[in-house]
Amino acid sequence: MKKRRILSDTSEWTFELIERYHAEIARVAGQYSLSTYPNQIEIISSEQMMDAYSSVGLPVGYHHWSFGKEFLNVEKRYKRGQMGLAYEIVINSNPCISYLMEENTMMMQALVIAHAAYGHNSFFKNNYLFKAWTSADSIIDYLVFARNYIEDCEQRYGYEEVEAILDSCHALMNYGVDRYKRPAPLSLHQEQMRQKEREEYLQSQINDLWRTLPGRHAAAGSVAAARFPPEPQENLLYFIEKHSPAMEPWQREIVRIVRKIAQYFYPQRQTQVMNEGWATFWHYTILNTLYDEGRLSDGFMIEFIQSHSNVLTQPPYFSDYYSGINPYALGFAMMSDIRRMCERPTDEDRYWFPQLAGSDWVKSLDFAMRNFKDESFISQYLSPKLIRDLKLFAVLDDDAMEKLEITAIHEEKGYRYIRQALADQYNLGSREPDIQVYDVDHGGDRTLTLRHTQYRRRPLGESLDEVMKRVSHLWGFGVRMETVFEDGRVELTHEARMEKRKLATP
Amino acid sequence: MHQIVDRRLNGRNKSAVNRGRFIRRYRSQIKKAVADAIAGRSIADIDNGEKISIPAKDISEPVFGHGPGGSRELVHPGNVDFITGDELDRPPNAGKGKGSGASKDGEGTDDFVFELSREEFLNFFFDDLALPNLVKTKLTTLAQHKMVRAGYTTDGTPSNINVIRSLRGAQGRRIALSAPYRAQLKEAEEALEALLKTAPDNDPQVVELEQEIARLKEKIQSVPFIDTFDLRFNNRIPQPKRTTQAVMFCLMDVSGSMDQVRKDIAKRFFILLYLFLTRAYDKIQLVFIRHHTVAMEVDEDDFFHSRESGGTVVSSALELMDEIIRERYPTSDWNIYAAQASDGDNWTDDSPICRDLLMSRIMPYVQYFAYIEITADQHQSLWMEYQNVQAAYDNFAMQQIETPADIYPVFRELFKKRVA
Repeated sequence: MKKRRILSDTSEWTFELIERYHAEIARVAGQYSLSTYPNQIEIISSEQMMDAYSSVGLPVGYHHWSFGKEFLNVEKRYKRGQMGLAYEIVINSNPCISYLMEENTMMMQALVIAHAAYGHNSFFKNNYLFKAWTSADSIIDYLVFARNYIEDCEQRYGYEEVEAILDSCHALMNYGVDRYKRPAPLSLHQEQMRQKEREEYLQSQINDLWRTLPGRHAAAGSVAAARFPPEPQENLLYFIEKHSPAMEPWQREIVRIVRKIAQYFYPQRQTQVMNEGWATFWHYTILNTLYDEGRLSDGFMIEFIQSHSNVLTQPPYFSDYYSGINPYALGFAMMSDIRRMCERPTDEDRYWFPQLAGSDWVKSLDFAMRNFKDESFISQYLSPKLIRDLKLFAVLDDDAMEKLEITAIHEEKGYRYIRQALADQYNLGSREPDIQVYDVDHGGDRTLTLRHTQYRRRPLGESLDEVMKRVSHLWGFGVRMETVFEDGRVELTHEARMEKRKLATP
Repeated sequence: MHQIVDRRLNGRNKSAVNRGRFIRRYRSQIKKAVADAIAGRSIADIDNGEKISIPAKDISEPVFGHGPGGSRELVHPGNVDFITGDELDRPPNAGKGKGSGASKDGEGTDDFVFELSREEFLNFFFDDLALPNLVKTKLTTLAQHKMVRAGYTTDGTPSNINVIRSLRGAQGRRIALSAPYRAQLKEAEEALEALLKTAPDNDPQVVELEQEIARLKEKIQSVPFIDTFDLRFNNRIPQPKRTTQAVMFCLMDVSGSMDQVRKDIAKRFFILLYLFLTRAYDKIQLVFIRHHTVAMEVDEDDFFHSRESGGTVVSSALELMDEIIRERYPTSDWNIYAAQASDGDNWTDDSPICRDLLMSRIMPYVQYFAYIEITADQHQSLWMEYQNVQAAYDNFAMQQIETPADIYPVFRELFKKRVA
């Protein structure tokens, strides 16, 4: 064993110690070729952590009651001791901001630095979804722009008005994402310049669509007017922003802001298992490396292993504490399993993962991190060994059948089935209903028609009515929901009549 | 490439705005919860925050999602004895309602519970009473403090410098710092004197001693006359204002016609009076007297919740109050306030007795007496008799109340006179 040169042996942290630990962690991360944005590590109080927590990790969010609700909720649970505060929050920005809570022990601070400032940070910087969809360089600027803009609107039009628009937008946030087009990153300054232009241009476009004078093809006598939009649109907020007949320019801008923020979170929603697994794998690996080098004390390590295993708890399905699969546990297990398959492959691994067996684990893990999202990552890398270790099984709940059916378990003939079923569980497309803009009655009463294409015969949930009211609030006219059943039948399933726009939401 | 920033000092209370918005949005629900809290709480306990609960359904934010039904397949960990193809019964709760999809975004059915601060709670309380803003602020601010002198400190503003103390310190320091030089100077002077007796003026030893003396004098001179180290500042600390004690009598008619609504109005009035009085007095005692044909001193719970009833003899309560004052609250030590709530219905022969009791035995000893008549009906004999009292005494106020919103005018009568 090497000679010990322990960094510190008390649990108290100081700025100087944080610097020293950080330097060591950065050095080890470099050895493993983790590439990151520069780090900005901020020490905050627990109250500030609750703040950060309740504004869904937006460091400069606009004001909204739902963040207040979240804060009250977090505060209550924290004070009652039902919840330890998240000891890490990290912002996908450049520089990457990680928060360390002042109450943490030195071990915790080191863990968070390794986890957030090197784990998550490298994931944000290198995963393809984040590269394609978020602009780490300009997000903080954009948030500042958004906050100022919304504050300005509140001054001008009253906060109730603004709140009503925001409420409605929040209901559609998950449907405000472009999946195929990458938005150009803009600086705060550009954003402000463009905003003005956009306002004028948009209004002219809308006037065109809603022209009341008879159009050219009406004159030509064509009976069936062309459907608008010609192709169904999946980005509801975008469609509303561009085409809502009754919105004011500032309201469109707010829709756009919510849409942009939804877009910013879109990659995070699709890479939870990977992102947490990656960060957990790296805090574990980095701190163990430091321990092996003799830089960490045994006491530090015991405390570390305790926190680490708390995070990775995965109760079985029959436990009272079971609430689905723990993304930290699954992600960490998969990342560690990839390393295992590279370093000590079995015959089974050689058969299932010939490309991994015996390869350089750092490179193989790096490749996995860069090129997948949860769904494809699971369908690519979930190994039979892990399925056995976790004793995974699949249950089919079909309301056409009287009983639940076990469709596969952790055995030879079930591996592929379980892997596919679990991957599908992380597919946003199957988690969220497929709802698209189908038609607008632009010659008549301006009703907007949405189409819900059923997935495995699953109906829409009970909040449909409320959401439809909000869509109608944004659209300014009636909104219809049609359902496309699996056999191709189309039926009107819900209709929201025009809500008075000035009406305060409930 | 990295930066470590201490952010602990900025951004305190950042989410206050969002919290305020939340409270504004759920105003009506919170108001209802506050009203319930007032009914359930004792008068003296009203001055705290309150736990408020709002049905979770009301505050959930709707999104498009899948409802129960159709077909879904889920993978779970921890299989013990299932094998492929097993069939099992559905768990009982998954059949309808939220059960099945609930876990993902934590959509439970529990109420949303949070705590209102004392300030927020009082704001909602005052809202129903329609208090003017000035009064609201006055009632919600904490008891006044006065600054008293408490020795000296080494730090403070120039206006607080204590000259005598500072100079005394400076002198001490000067004496202490120059003492060794003075001793040497004395030695040198004595040596010089002795030397001059024997040696000539230009003797090198004499010159050396003279130089030494000059040098020591300079050293003594260079000890500063005053140093920042010497400064002493008057220290002042806040001390609660010395206040006297008060007692508040709550008198209530509990005859059959005082129903729950009227009792609630009476309670709100008593609370308001209590809040007001706690601003002026450190210690305040409550005495509850209820009466029908006979009066009794009771605890607060009995006062508002007892169902016993009968005819009405108001004077019995005044008699009892008078007795209690004489026994327990000598006017030399106590400020006495009283509020009487009634529906105004009294045994006709009794009303003049009440007037006499008030005029001769009570009014001279109390700070204020407020009579509130909670009724929508015509005034009866008691009101007529009390008008005489009002004419004779400035510190007597009476008012009719129909709804909680009417409570404040009576209170204001009391309040205005006190200021004047």
